[in-house]
Amino acid sequence: MLKISFWLKRIAQLLIVLLLVTFGVSLLLRLIPVDLATVLLPVGTENERDILRAELGFDKGPIGYYLQWLGNFVQGDFGKIYFSGGTEDVSAHLADAMPRSLLLMAYTQVIAIAIAVPLGVVSAYRAGRRADKIISNTLFTLSSVPNFAIALLLVIFVGVKFAWLPTLGYVPLSDGVWEHLKHMIMPVISLSLGLIATYTRLLRADMIAALREDYVTMAASKGLSDQRILWRHVLRPSSLTLLTSAALSMGGLIGGAIVIESLFATYGVGFEVFAAIAGRQYVALQSTVAVIALFYVFFNLVVDIASGFVDPRTRDRRVNA
Amino acid sequence: MSSLLSIKNLGVNFDTPRGSLEAVRGVDIEIPAGTSVGVVGESGSGKTVMCRAAMGLLQGSNVQRTGTVVFDGNELTAMTKEQVRDLFGSGMAMIFQDPMTALNPVRRIGSQISEGLRVRLGMSKKDALVRSKELLELVRIPNPTAVLKSFPYQLSGGMRQRVMIAIAIACNPKLLFADEPTTALDVTVQAQILQLLRELREDLKMSMVLVTHDLGVVAGNTDYVAVMYAGEVVEYAPTTKLFADMRMPYTEALLESIPKIDHKSGTRLSVIAGRLPNPTDRGVGCGFAPRCKYAQEKCHTQHPELQKDPDGHLYRCWFPIGEAL
Repeated sequence: MLKISFWLKRIAQLLIVLLLVTFGVSLLLRLIPVDLATVLLPVGTENERDILRAELGFDKGPIGYYLQWLGNFVQGDFGKIYFSGGTEDVSAHLADAMPRSLLLMAYTQVIAIAIAVPLGVVSAYRAGRRADKIISNTLFTLSSVPNFAIALLLVIFVGVKFAWLPTLGYVPLSDGVWEHLKHMIMPVISLSLGLIATYTRLLRADMIAALREDYVTMAASKGLSDQRILWRHVLRPSSLTLLTSAALSMGGLIGGAIVIESLFATYGVGFEVFAAIAGRQYVALQSTVAVIALFYVFFNLVVDIASGFVDPRTRDRRVNA
Repeated sequence: MSSLLSIKNLGVNFDTPRGSLEAVRGVDIEIPAGTSVGVVGESGSGKTVMCRAAMGLLQGSNVQRTGTVVFDGNELTAMTKEQVRDLFGSGMAMIFQDPMTALNPVRRIGSQISEGLRVRLGMSKKDALVRSKELLELVRIPNPTAVLKSFPYQLSGGMRQRVMIAIAIACNPKLLFADEPTTALDVTVQAQILQLLRELREDLKMSMVLVTHDLGVVAGNTDYVAVMYAGEVVEYAPTTKLFADMRMPYTEALLESIPKIDHKSGTRLSVIAGRLPNPTDRGVGCGFAPRCKYAQEKCHTQHPELQKDPDGHLYRCWFPIGEAL
């Protein structure tokens, strides 16, 4: 019972976070010293603008405007993108961009963790020895190269010189798994290298600390092999920082991968944000940021639940707290 | 009498940024089969390091071990890590001082007990869990089925120590190293754990090395006692003989520092003044000389060799108790 009330409390907290974030963004938009209706309808008549003001709630105060936007948002009406020929629904844009971003994020995280975990385990086990030094130095070097530079190198060599992979575009999964993956490989590599370095370092540090614990000596005295001790006894209690860091990088991967998305023409959510800012589509911007915040909060909740399984102590500590 | 474990001239050095730290030096101990040997000394005297070095559990590139350790006919110091590992569980096992930290915090008790059975004895998962439950019953844990599914943090300190004992005896070891098994526990629980160890030792025909800083624990639970000071064995004798006729001033000081039940309230507790010598620079004389009330000029300038009484009582002192000066 305690557990259920804990999760209800946690979800309520997250809802408050979402409300604060969206209200903050909403307030910021109202602080921009321009007439939003004029920006959205630069060539319309004043009468048309008045209609738009009433439709979007620009004529109300900041709170009234926010409540109207929120009412529409929870009903799935994310607003419109206005341009000279007419309007497009933000929801349609996001429905196209979100799967691209989510898949890009998922592949990046899976690859980063799948590579970082063995590297972290090896470098912690061989801490201070040659293997550790090679891994640490290589990753440090790679992580200090910005991801767009890596992306450009990939484009030049893998894409153009050897022409192994397409350099532009996105192909949905429904058009063929291999075609889809071919277009994802280079963006995923570009985004994951930095994360691999971060994750490896975090895991290495936590594992080195855990390797000094009595329960490791205890496990050794049971006659277990080093391999078994590392993977079965040390990795799990050492992976909480890694998990937390992975959760924190979700937001950046969904909404902040704009450079990589542009370079490879993946056009995910990050690009939508950029397009909304560049085109001064403030309503679209507000709704897109809200959707990113929603996913960010959701993934953090998932990681919260996951860490309870990784380390049961955190689960009960929360119940007691 | 044949020795189950024979430690000869064991030394352990740690390389530290401040120089080589000599944690254990020149230790000779024989553990005859079927006996219980106490290792006593204050914190930092090298008891734990000596045991871990004997088993080969000290890891790290900064550790140097010298001397020979022979267990049950196997010269551990000449074997590879993998060969020594094959002796763990069914040959040697260890229980640790702090049951809070020596059990893996994120794994269930059942998997921690059955792991050794599966890896060392090749039992199936199901059989190992059945045996684990029997082991929990053997160490007198009430409601073993529930405990198998628990995590360590859900158990009390005494229960955890029982679980650790269950893990250690799982594969019927011939020799059990008990490294301060009761230090982290309440006094009443201490007595129960010592009682349990005594019974298990008889039932399983196990030898035991009982490490403690408490001479009181040694008195009722061991056949021989080795007193350690500053990394060396300074006195070794059958337990009854040691208490009846101790030769080493340090042992006497240790015994005097135990509070007595007939002490008047308000009496100051007796303590051994001073500290252990710096382990990176042991000095030339007897390590205990600066703290010893019998110390003479010679004690500060010459390191005492191990002396042997005709009855086998060993001590490391120039002016042992009971001898005319």
